[in-house]
Amino acid sequence: MKASETVPGPRAEDQLPHSTQAAAKIVIVGGFGVGKTTMVGSVSEIKPLTTEETMTQAGIGVDDDFGSATKTATTVAMDFGRIRISDEVVLYLFGTPGQERFWFLWNGLFEGALGAVVLVDTRRLEVSFEVMGRLEERGVPFVVAVNTFPDGPRYAVEDLRQALDLTPEIPIIECDARRRASSRDVLVTLMRFLHALMANGNLT
Amino acid sequence: MTPPQRQRRRPEPPPPPPPSPRQQPAAAGQEEEPKKPERLYTITGTDGDRAQLDLVTLIVARADPPSSATPEETAVLRLCAGPLSVAELSAYLRLPFSAMTVLLTDMLAAGTVHARAPIVRQTLPDRSLLEAVMHGLERL
Repeated sequence: MKASETVPGPRAEDQLPHSTQAAAKIVIVGGFGVGKTTMVGSVSEIKPLTTEETMTQAGIGVDDDFGSATKTATTVAMDFGRIRISDEVVLYLFGTPGQERFWFLWNGLFEGALGAVVLVDTRRLEVSFEVMGRLEERGVPFVVAVNTFPDGPRYAVEDLRQALDLTPEIPIIECDARRRASSRDVLVTLMRFLHALMANGNLT
Repeated sequence: MTPPQRQRRRPEPPPPPPPSPRQQPAAAGQEEEPKKPERLYTITGTDGDRAQLDLVTLIVARADPPSSATPEETAVLRLCAGPLSVAELSAYLRLPFSAMTVLLTDMLAAGTVHARAPIVRQTLPDRSLLEAVMHGLERL
């Protein structure tokens, strides 16, 4: 970096108030091209930003070539947006582009997250299978949002539940990730689900 | 038309606990030893001696840039006139997240910035936070 003045910052209207005390995060996941970045962009109050993490091959390859002598650095990028909840609380939304096997090696992405939204596209349901399995293994609570595309097959919710092998309590909702109100509704559904889990003592 | 079929997975046993955090929120930035400058670029080293900063930990400037401040530190202090998350700092400074946490660990130690949200990652969200977010989204 040559000069600090060249570093852009938040626009004046995007500054968080000094009273902001707590930040929460929700992670939006799903297979390639299902609309994760679209959802972050539609509901975020700031223009989405990108953060990156650099990982070495030794860190990445835990399931195939751990311990290999050559260490290759890989950069994993993450888009995120932000919603001001109140004068005290701010919510961050992380939408994870491609490279799904790397997300779970990103230290701290899922730790401390309230929960996750799994976006699915009925034309290619199977591209979101892997990430759902990973969330289950990690014990990260999630809801499933079906991003509706005009040319996508329409399944009844119960058929989807069976196909995705989801327990009855996990919400499945249709959405249009391009629309702010629809994306907001998905997030509200996740929060109500988490609240119910906590009330039942099932948030572990 | 039949959708493809998935199989549910079971939770894995929890991973071993992370190295004990050396900093508690209240004591943030008071126990760290000065770091060598090149550590900024040692982004693949162990995580043990860094502050446990989350992507959404809020950072606030506490002081004007000292004369010894690097351009990165000056930029952080300028951006953090109001609270700003580590993720946002990483994005604006174009530094990988882990490099950002190393820089911030030094600044917390020097007392030029303050971490406002919990430094240590929580495994369970706080109930009041959960409800605040739920009600806030419902009002949007």
